[in-house]
Amino acid sequence: MEDIVNAVVLLTNFLVVPATAYGCQLALGALGVTLVYGVLRFSNFAHGETMAFGAMVTILFTWLLQYQGVTLGPLPTALLALPAGMAVTAGLCLLTDRWVFRFYRRSRAQPVMLLVVSVGVMFVLNGIIRFVIGPADRVFTDGARFLFTVRDFKAWTGLSEGLAIKTTQTLSVVVAIILVAALFWFLEKTRTGKSMRAFSDNEDLALLSGINPERVVAVTWLIVGCLAAVAGTLYGLDKSFKPFTFLSLLLPIFAAAIVGGLGNPLGAIVGGFVVAFSEVLLTYPYRKFLAYLGPEGWRPDGLVQFLSTDYKFAVSFFILVVVLLVKPTGIFSGRSS
Amino acid sequence: MSDTPARFPLRLARAPRKPLLFAAMAALIGLVGIGQSWSLALTIMNLCLISAIMTLGVNIQWGYAGLFNAGVMGFAALGGLAGVLVSMPPVGAAWRAGGAGVVLALAMGLVTIAAAMLVYRRLRRPASRKLAVALVVAAGYFAARALFEPAVRAIEGVDPSRTGYLGGFGLPVVLSWFAGGALAAGAAWAAGKISLGLRADYLAIATLGISEIIVAFLKYEEWLARGVKNVTGLPRPVPYEVDLQAAARFREWAESLGASPVELSSIVVKLCYAGLFALVLLVLMWLSEAALRSPWGRMMRAIRDNETAAEAMGKDVTARHLQVFVLGSAVVGIAGAMLATLDGQFTPTTYHPLRFTFLIWVMVIVGGSGNNWGAVLGGFMVWYAWVEAEPLGLWLMDLLTFPLGADHPLRVHLMDSAAHMRLVVMGVVLLLVLRFAPQGLIPEERR
Repeated sequence: MEDIVNAVVLLTNFLVVPATAYGCQLALGALGVTLVYGVLRFSNFAHGETMAFGAMVTILFTWLLQYQGVTLGPLPTALLALPAGMAVTAGLCLLTDRWVFRFYRRSRAQPVMLLVVSVGVMFVLNGIIRFVIGPADRVFTDGARFLFTVRDFKAWTGLSEGLAIKTTQTLSVVVAIILVAALFWFLEKTRTGKSMRAFSDNEDLALLSGINPERVVAVTWLIVGCLAAVAGTLYGLDKSFKPFTFLSLLLPIFAAAIVGGLGNPLGAIVGGFVVAFSEVLLTYPYRKFLAYLGPEGWRPDGLVQFLSTDYKFAVSFFILVVVLLVKPTGIFSGRSS
Repeated sequence: MSDTPARFPLRLARAPRKPLLFAAMAALIGLVGIGQSWSLALTIMNLCLISAIMTLGVNIQWGYAGLFNAGVMGFAALGGLAGVLVSMPPVGAAWRAGGAGVVLALAMGLVTIAAAMLVYRRLRRPASRKLAVALVVAAGYFAARALFEPAVRAIEGVDPSRTGYLGGFGLPVVLSWFAGGALAAGAAWAAGKISLGLRADYLAIATLGISEIIVAFLKYEEWLARGVKNVTGLPRPVPYEVDLQAAARFREWAESLGASPVELSSIVVKLCYAGLFALVLLVLMWLSEAALRSPWGRMMRAIRDNETAAEAMGKDVTARHLQVFVLGSAVVGIAGAMLATLDGQFTPTTYHPLRFTFLIWVMVIVGGSGNNWGAVLGGFMVWYAWVEAEPLGLWLMDLLTFPLGADHPLRVHLMDSAAHMRLVVMGVVLLLVLRFAPQGLIPEERR
């Protein structure tokens, strides 16, 4: 019996907890992609860099706060700097829309043209980020590292397997829940939110009923900027901030948005968790887990790992391929054409 | 989507523009020769030629058909892999240790795919069909892995510091240019089959994914091409500098020219490469131009400018898209193999999306999408700018921050990160061209 409990604790520690935190970060990223897609109707390749930009601004403000001796006690100081990061990133999004995207929107260019344009934005942002903060790895987490550690857990329960939860993981989940709740309240209950959904469903009909498209677009960019800054900061807090990783994060984020159905916010959240859990489930070595469940003293020969961790990006791609083949509109029937 | 105007407004190409721009490009390369060194100028030109071929490939996809390929990096890397597989000598001990196992595992994979297809065709009920296919694939996967893993361990154990991989076929390296094209075409076929026919963005995302996976595969599968341990010393299609310097006739020739044999040999080798690359570029250019002028090219333009109308005329849009996507990727693969040949090594870690995917895109857009000459010019100009921006940016930053004093922290930071400014410059150039001159330097010709 104790073996089974140990096995469950083991899985929780190495699989459920990290995948949940990662899923929250992916969900926030995918929400941004899906909102841009729903309202502006293109896949924003610059979204990864927008997240990196948000994280960078937050880091800069965190350093400023730390320099002045301000901390949040057990919580990371970055949480205090986050609103500033969100505001600056939202401003950046509005500015890129004003300077770059608006022209193509007004001339009713094809979506793929906007996609190419977003590649240009990605280039510029990438350069700015490397110019300001450099390409090196940055760890900006401070405060208490763990909510509780393996040692605490073992002391409470007397089990041989431990469970630890990092502050940053808790933070990812809590912040994501608050943000998503606020977003859905906004989309469902407020007038602006409703006009955003109407615009996303049927642009012409929305225009006919007197919805101001510029206002809808501006609000969308504001929300997208905030979401991107939070997603980037949470990811950076949990792992570490490295400008280069955000480009490769684009694939799981797009996979999450497409799996859930592009343009569907609820789908983006579900998609984020589907991608995160599949990634961790398929790259986790089950050797120790099976050893607990099997007969006494027995151990599987290999690592019992479906896929090496080197190929974790292949998992998001594989999910993407399956969805494209089986149900191109995604789980929640977004758009496919 | 049909209510939007054609993406490429046709305008009359101004005739004298093309030779003028190419002359300017030649002058720019000449300037490097005079100002820095001729050896450097030739290095830049060789990479310009390869970039031009890659750009030509992307232009076939984007300019002819409006397909966005975000996986140029992966196809170029496959070309590089072909360089290793074709030209390196086979490692006999590794083949004896695990060659049979790897071949068996690959055969097992093929059998699995065949079995899955058979099951899919035979069973009628959707639910049981999906389940059966999933079971067959899972069983095949584990069976193949059981064969594969011991074989890989055996291969990687063979003299790991020098080989530890299967090696290649020991054939002339020029053949790898064809092999690279074929490998890239195969990967493109698979990617296109999945994602074409759906919305345009899906192709972009699918190719982005494929290229990430290809590069990951090349990095971590050491049995194939040594992964991050790199393969160096690929055989060359041109003579080696040391051999030239050793030859008595060459030394006499250098003396008669009044140049040092070392410098002259490096220039001669680079000229040989340039000749080979230019030949490939000319052949590909001739083929692409002929294709554009043919009925096939007319059909491709018709599809690009109005898919619905072309479909109504009975054209199979998805099949034509797949065709053009495979062709363009093959050209990128050829360029990738040529790059590995020029470098004389295969280093998977150097494949970075900004350099190999998105920079190529800047080349296509700046040069002029839909025009092969424009694509080639774009490849030359943007690569030149990319290389020369680094010393220029450093010099400019030095000048701008000079008043701050030598060790002011801001100056040190700015000098350190000046190299990243070229990303910003490239992005801004891309955005400006898209906005104010969407036809690029050499616009598409009106036919």
